[in-house]
Amino acid sequence: MSTAAAIILFAAVTFYAIFGGADFGAGFWDLTAGGAKRGERPREIIDHSIGPVWEANHVWLIFIFVVLWTCFPEAYASITLTMFVPLTIAALGIVLRGASFAFRKAVFRTRLQRHFGAIFAVSSVLVPYCFGTIAGGIASGRVPAGGQAGDPVHSWVNPTSIVAGLLAVSVAAYAAAVFLTWDARRLADDAMVAYFRVRAMAAGVVAGVVAFGGLFVVRSDASYLFDGLTSRALPLVVVSSLAGLGALLLLRGQPRRGGRLAAVIAAGALVVAWGVAQWDYLLPESLTVSQGAAPAGTIKAVLVAAVLAGLLIVPAFALLYTLDQKGLLPEESVDEAPDPATGVRRA
Amino acid sequence: MMHVFGGLLILVPMEVDPVPWARAQMAFTLAFHIILVPLGVSWAAMTLIANYRAIRHGDRDALRLAQRWSKYMAVTFAVGAVTGTVLSFEFGLLWPQFMGKWGEAFGVPFAFEGLFFFTEAIFISIYIFGWRRLKPWPHFWSGVPIPVAGIFGSASVVAANAWMNSPQGVTLDSTGMIVDVDPVAVIFNDAMPLMAAHMIIAAYLVGGFLIASVYATGMLRGRRDRYHRLGFIIAFTVAAIATPIQMGVGDGLARWVYSNQPVKFSAIEMVPQTSSDVPETLLGHLNSSGEVTGGIPIPGLASWLSDPSTGRSTVVQGLDTVPADQRPTIREVNVVHLAWDIMVGLGTLLFLFTLWYWASWIFRRDMPQSRWFLRCAVVAGFLAVVTLEAGWTVSEVGRQPWIVYNKMKVADAATTNTGVWFTFIVVALLYVGLGITTILVLRGMSRRARREPRFEETDVPYGPRETADRPQVRAG
Repeated sequence: MSTAAAIILFAAVTFYAIFGGADFGAGFWDLTAGGAKRGERPREIIDHSIGPVWEANHVWLIFIFVVLWTCFPEAYASITLTMFVPLTIAALGIVLRGASFAFRKAVFRTRLQRHFGAIFAVSSVLVPYCFGTIAGGIASGRVPAGGQAGDPVHSWVNPTSIVAGLLAVSVAAYAAAVFLTWDARRLADDAMVAYFRVRAMAAGVVAGVVAFGGLFVVRSDASYLFDGLTSRALPLVVVSSLAGLGALLLLRGQPRRGGRLAAVIAAGALVVAWGVAQWDYLLPESLTVSQGAAPAGTIKAVLVAAVLAGLLIVPAFALLYTLDQKGLLPEESVDEAPDPATGVRRA
Repeated sequence: MMHVFGGLLILVPMEVDPVPWARAQMAFTLAFHIILVPLGVSWAAMTLIANYRAIRHGDRDALRLAQRWSKYMAVTFAVGAVTGTVLSFEFGLLWPQFMGKWGEAFGVPFAFEGLFFFTEAIFISIYIFGWRRLKPWPHFWSGVPIPVAGIFGSASVVAANAWMNSPQGVTLDSTGMIVDVDPVAVIFNDAMPLMAAHMIIAAYLVGGFLIASVYATGMLRGRRDRYHRLGFIIAFTVAAIATPIQMGVGDGLARWVYSNQPVKFSAIEMVPQTSSDVPETLLGHLNSSGEVTGGIPIPGLASWLSDPSTGRSTVVQGLDTVPADQRPTIREVNVVHLAWDIMVGLGTLLFLFTLWYWASWIFRRDMPQSRWFLRCAVVAGFLAVVTLEAGWTVSEVGRQPWIVYNKMKVADAATTNTGVWFTFIVVALLYVGLGITTILVLRGMSRRARREPRFEETDVPYGPRETADRPQVRAG
C-alpha cells in the first residue's frame, strides 16, 4: 500500500520534472534570447510553446505536496523544516513566474512586456535550481527523519545538491530546446529550427557532462546513492544517456517525431533512476517508505483521488488538446491572409 | 548570488520568535487569496448566465459580456492559482509540526481539491478556446464544469479548515499519534456542511457585489448603455439572491459554534462568565482585567439568538470555564468580537441594500435608477470584501490558541526557523505588488476592450496559443 503511494509520488515528481522542467527550460531560453529586437522571434516561439495549460505544471507540484503531506507526513515535516530556504526561494520564484507570465499575455506595451518577461525568465532558472538542490539534499541523506530540521545551509549547499541543481537547470533547458525545435518546425520556421537545435545540442552536451561529472561527486559525497545508481538503477542511467544521445541524433537534419519522445525518456529516466537508487528509503538511510507511511485509510483515499483524477482529467485534457490542434490548422482560419513574415495564418 | 541570499535568510535574523510571524504570514497570504476565491467560484456562473442569455435571446450585449468576463476571469484565476500554490508551500514551511503530525488526516481533502482545481483550470481553457471553435450550445456546456468544480473545490478546502475546528475521523494511540484514519469522516466532519455552505454562498455574494460595483462605477461615469446595465443586473441579482440565504446559513453556523465550540462562541459574544440572559453587546471590548467595557448592550439578545426555544434563559458558556492557556487571549477576543460585529453589521446592511433593489423591481419593474443607489452599489462591492475578511477572521482567530481544536496548539505547530520575519516581509511586498498589478492589468484590459471592441481570445493566460505573429497584426 505504502509502495503504491510512493510510486504515485515519484510518478508525479517525474512528470513535474519533464513537463514543468520543459516550461522552466523555455524560460531559460527566454532569458538568454538577447535584446528585445534580436530575441523577439525566439520569444514568440517560446510563448507559443508554453501554451494554454501552463497551469497544469503547478498542479503536478501541488499534487506532489499533497501526496507527501498526506501519505508521508513525517518526511514532509523534515523536508520543509530542513529545506526552508530553497523552498521559500522556489515559492517566491513560482509566484513571480506565474504572475508575470499571465500578465505578459495580458499587457500590450513592449516595455511592460519586457519587465514581466525578465521576471519570468530569471525565476524560470532559479526555481529548477532550488528544486534540484532539494532533491540533491534528500538523495544524499541530509534530511533527518522524525520531523526534525537538518542543517539549514549545508543540507542544500553541498556537492550533491549543487550538481543536482545544475543538472536540473541543464536538463530543463535541454528538454525545452528539443520541444522548441519541434514547435518551430510545426510553424515551418527553418531559421528557428536551426536556432533551437543548436541550443538543444549545447544543453544536451552540458547536461551530459554535468551528469557524468556528477557521478564522481556523488561517489565521494553520497555513497548510498552512488551504490544504487551503479547497481539497481544502472539500467535506467544507461537508458537515460542513450535516449539523450538519440534525441540529439534525431534532431539532425529535419527533426523527427522520435526526438521529442527520446528527450522525454532521457529526462524521465534520470529522475526515476534517482528514485530507484534510493529505494526503499524515503529519506536515505534514516526513513524508509513503509516506516514513514500514513495509516491505510489515508493512503486509500489518496489512491481513490488519483484514480478519479485519471478518469476525469484525461478526457478533459484530450478535448483541450484536440481543440488546440484544430485551432492551428491553417485552413480553419480563412478570415485573414497568411502573415508574410511567418507564413502563419491567424485563427 | 543565490547562496548569499540564502545565507542572509538564515544568518541575519537571529532569535526572532517565528510563531507570530508565521501567523502573520499565513494570515496575510490567506487574506489575499480569499479575495480571489469568490471570483474563481462565482464569476464563471455569472459568465454562463450572460452566455445563456446571449444564445437564447440572440443578445449581442450579453455575448460581449460573457466573452470579456471569461477573459478577466482567466486572469484572476491565474493569480489565484499562484497564490494557492504558495499556500501549499506554507503549510510545510510555516507549520511543519502540524503537517507532520496531522497531515495524514488534514491533507486528505486536499487530494480531492487538487482534482477539482485541475478540472476547473482545464475547462477554463476549453471555454476560452471554444468561443470560435465550438458551436454555441456545446460551448456553453463546456463552461458548466467550471462553477461546478469551483463549488466542489472550495467545499474540499473548507472541509480541511472545518476539520481543524472539528477534528474527527482519527484514531490516536496512547502517545497521541494517529494510528488510523477514516477519510470519509475527516472530509464530512460535523463542521464541514455549514462552513462549506457559508463560504460558497459568500463567494457568490462577494463576487456579485464586487462585479456589480465595477459596472455601477461605469454607469456613474455616464456609460448608461445596455451593456453596462446588463452587466450590473446579472452580477447584482446573483448577490441579491445570495445575501438573504447567507444570513440564514450564517445563523445556523453560529448556532453550531454555540453547541460545539463554546469557547469560540463566548469570544464571539464577548462573554467572560457563564450566565443566562446574556446581552448582545454591539462593539465594546474586554479591558485588561477581562471585563466588558463600552459598547451598546441589547439585553438578552445573545441568549435568545443562541437558542430561541429557551429564549433569554439560554445559558451561554463563559471564557472563564477553561484555563487561560486554552482560550483566546483578551486581545484575540477583542479582535474576534469586533470582526463579528463587522461581519454581521455589514452583512445586515448589504441585506437591506438588496431590499431596495428587490422593491424597485417589484414596484417599478426596473432596477433603481438613482445615482445614490449606484453610489451605494460601488461601496457595497468594497464592503462585501470587508465582510468576507471579517467573517474569516472570526473563524480563524476564534479558534485560537488551537490549530487543531483541543488537540494541538498553534505555538506547537509552527516552524522553528527564525527567518520567518524576513520571508513575511518579502512575501508581503511581493503580494502588494501582485495585487496592484492585477488591478492595473484588469483595468488595462477593460480600457482596451472599450477602444477595440474586437474579441481576441489569445491575450489571456488560458487562451489559445499565440499564432506567433503578434507584432505585425498589432501594427496593422
